[in-house]
Amino acid sequence: MKQDIYVLIEYLRGQVADISCVMLAAARELAQGTNGLVVGVLLGHNAQGLASDPLSGSGQWLAADRMLYVDHPALAEFTADAYQKALAGLIKDNMPCVVLFGDTSVGAEVANGLSARLGLPLVSHCYGVRVDGSVLKFVSKICGGKIMAEGALPETTTLVTMIPGGFKPEHGRGAQPPEVTTVASPALEGLRISLKQYIEPTAGDVDISREPVLIAVGRGVQRQNNLALAEDLAKALGGVVCGSRPVVDQGWLPTTRLVGKSGKSVKPKIYLALGISGAPEHVEALTGSEVIIAINTDPSAPIFNIARYGAAVDLLEVVPVLTEKVKQARSA
Amino acid sequence: MITSTISTNGGRAFYDKALKAMPRGERLKLCLQCGACSGICPYGFAMDYPPHSIIAALRADDFTPVLDSDTIWLCISCFACSNVCPAQIPLTTGILASLKSEMLLRGKAPAELQTALTNSRRYGNTLGQSPRKRADWARGLTPPVPIMAEFKEPVEVLWYVGDYASYHPRVQKVSRAMARVLQAMGVKFGILGPEENSDGDAQCLIGEVGLFEMLALKNARAFDKYEFKELVTTDPHAYNTMKNEYPGVGVSVPIKHYTQFLVEHLDQLKPLLKRGQKYRVTYHDPCCIGRANKNNIYDEPRQVLGAIPGVELVEMPHHRENSICCGGGGGGMWLDGFSWEHARTRTSEWRVAEALSVGAQVLAVSCTYETPRFEDAVKSTGHEGELIVKDIAELLANAISG
Amino acid sequence: MNIVVPIKFVPDLVEEMTIDESGAALDRTWLRLIINEFDDHAIEQAILLKERGGGQVMVVAPEVEGVDDVLYTAAAKGAGRLIKLTGDLGNANNHALARVFATAAKDLQPDLVLIGVQAHDDLDGAVGPLLAEYLGMPYLGYVSAVEVSDGKATVRKEYPGGLMAEMEVTLPAVLGIQAAEHPPRYVVTSKIYQAMEATTIEAQAVGELDPSGGLTVDRMFQPEAAERATMIEGDLTSIATKLVEIFKELSVLQ
Repeated sequence: MKQDIYVLIEYLRGQVADISCVMLAAARELAQGTNGLVVGVLLGHNAQGLASDPLSGSGQWLAADRMLYVDHPALAEFTADAYQKALAGLIKDNMPCVVLFGDTSVGAEVANGLSARLGLPLVSHCYGVRVDGSVLKFVSKICGGKIMAEGALPETTTLVTMIPGGFKPEHGRGAQPPEVTTVASPALEGLRISLKQYIEPTAGDVDISREPVLIAVGRGVQRQNNLALAEDLAKALGGVVCGSRPVVDQGWLPTTRLVGKSGKSVKPKIYLALGISGAPEHVEALTGSEVIIAINTDPSAPIFNIARYGAAVDLLEVVPVLTEKVKQARSA
Repeated sequence: MITSTISTNGGRAFYDKALKAMPRGERLKLCLQCGACSGICPYGFAMDYPPHSIIAALRADDFTPVLDSDTIWLCISCFACSNVCPAQIPLTTGILASLKSEMLLRGKAPAELQTALTNSRRYGNTLGQSPRKRADWARGLTPPVPIMAEFKEPVEVLWYVGDYASYHPRVQKVSRAMARVLQAMGVKFGILGPEENSDGDAQCLIGEVGLFEMLALKNARAFDKYEFKELVTTDPHAYNTMKNEYPGVGVSVPIKHYTQFLVEHLDQLKPLLKRGQKYRVTYHDPCCIGRANKNNIYDEPRQVLGAIPGVELVEMPHHRENSICCGGGGGGMWLDGFSWEHARTRTSEWRVAEALSVGAQVLAVSCTYETPRFEDAVKSTGHEGELIVKDIAELLANAISG
Repeated sequence: MNIVVPIKFVPDLVEEMTIDESGAALDRTWLRLIINEFDDHAIEQAILLKERGGGQVMVVAPEVEGVDDVLYTAAAKGAGRLIKLTGDLGNANNHALARVFATAAKDLQPDLVLIGVQAHDDLDGAVGPLLAEYLGMPYLGYVSAVEVSDGKATVRKEYPGGLMAEMEVTLPAVLGIQAAEHPPRYVVTSKIYQAMEATTIEAQAVGELDPSGGLTVDRMFQPEAAERATMIEGDLTSIATKLVEIFKELSVLQ
């Protein structure tokens, strides 16, 4: 109970999110130190299968020792207030050591609300957790990924929102189905938030999450007409142009090309990051890339911490030269 | 001199303000609608309301369509119109700047320009870089470049470097070359480094008068702290605004363009230019030290170039006061996306074509926007390797020590 | 409609950040504080709602260096009331800030509270959802479009993968803004000066801060150099040549 690590399993429209597996891997790490159980919590309506069945496409299960499933019609779709009300009692009754949530548009809202409601401490932007002797430690990534903050998790039940990157989702999947217990839901009344409809991302463009060669542009591209440089390189290399938030927000690229927290996660062979600083919201979507190559005039940009190769030059200067060389190599 | 405008609702108020507020504003009444301004304007063909049409709309009291159009942002403040107007109407600094000011007040300015303005307000430079890094271009040079706050001695020359020359990788090379030239000449000089702010020229020419004033006063406070005989700049925009606009906000500084300074010291400079630079060189006259406000610095750069052994000077058809703007002025540096979309032509490419047409091997410039702009144009027109773009300072540095 | 926008300030990432002597906090000597970009979007969204549907926008900010400028800029955009919270707020964590915002906001009787969905120096959560709980209001975050009618707000909430959800929440509510409908507008300097003449900033002293819910940082550091990329040196041509070699090694180029 007090040694257990709880994980709020995140899913959307029937698909369990990778962050859930990342959290289970992190939970396993902590549970080894506390000698407790990894307990997944899944809230939904007629969604028990998500807790007990193998994850689609992997033949593996969520690597939890136990799964607690809470069913209520009001939990059919995610809303922060329904989830908070459903979880509050569960946490208060069990007072686990740590409750992990995704640092996402699902988990973060619930964790924050519960921290205030239950008076429990909260750690956000958490990249890693580990056991140091008898102390559980967290390390969070802040300030655009430039600063790491480390400390000890408080002794009381602590809520933690996690970002991807510190643990691999594979380590949160297992060969054994977890033991699933259905827990009665509290009454969920007076709910003030409701989902009206989902809006699909615009179709008809390339799916960058399937592309093997991505040329990504960030703020360093400076002006809209410099995107042509990236387009030329992409054409020469047989790749596709995508971008980070600042570029898409300005309307220089459609939202289908957004790589990042609110955009797509990608797993290309090569991710060429041009003028991208490497803020966590962007980087978390790149963790599946085989090789990241970064070009940025700032040698201390966080992107160089996750790239395999880098060059501290101006993309506006090097990209045209590179495109020429690629064309030469192709015609040779 | 540019004065601030208050948001108006249409033609009448703007017209009255124009007449009363702008110096020589009453000359507006003398417009013949000859159209010379719009004809000579490099982007006149793509504007909904080129200069003379703006005046026509004012007179017809039908100004709202002008305010609804955004093509005023094609104007690069090259002063070609002001220079050619037979009635000497204050176009660039008056009508056009005021119109841009109106657009800004209404929030109708391209995003990139807005970012440049926010950057200059917050960081004192349009590139959004840390002011603490403003002198990083000079790091590692021997002898070191004196930064006034650390140097604490009086200097002969306070050198105003400028935003792009401080932060842009290509133009930092020009700054380093200039430092070498001054050191070789034995000039006792210093730079303000982190205490230097954007000169305010672009901000002024697009009518962001409050911001211009703020920058001018900040620079003035920095100038006041130190003792120097001359204020020299490698940036024509700084020259233009400090000479013509700073006095209007109470700041009088003895600003010189570096070519003027070098001509005055040609006897010291010439013997140092030992290494021949055997090139056919054509010189591009920047708008801001040339026809802008009739600053008329045309001879001095040519005298300096003429002092370099091996240099063969040829003139382009559009030279001196007819020079073709590089496209960077009056906010143009941040409006390339906008102007490309509307005009599908770049003045910098036109200029490069002209340089090639007179058989030049080197396009010599003396403005900090020009080296990157013209080099981009050389590449975008597919002439890479055929035309070298160098600032006069770089040619001098090469002639001194290579 | 009363719209309250609480804002906070964060270290400007343009400046280099260093750790102070204690090894557990940022060195504040050269730190420049700027408005949290998401809060700037919240102000913009609030102004847009006011321009469309009427009402008053009230901006609440903690007293830190540069706060007056930011408040006057908000007034120049159309904010009707500017409230500055005075007290020892420089080191307040988000729980403490959320509590003082809650106290201030209650008096303003908001129909809607718009706040940036996060800030890059958040360590103990985000102010918005904490504030919502302290106010007893529902919270919706990652919002990029807002419409208000009949005591309800209809918003677009962002999910990963470009998916969005249209959600409805009864007012009063707190919305965590991811992006305003268009980027924050530029305000001409003369208008900010005019705002300085025409508007007064109301100062409100906060009582003792309650930071419970936050945590202690033992160590702050910059990410490991050991994990760094192999940097390619040389001029542009040699860098480009090396990159082509890498492309060939990875079979992206034949």
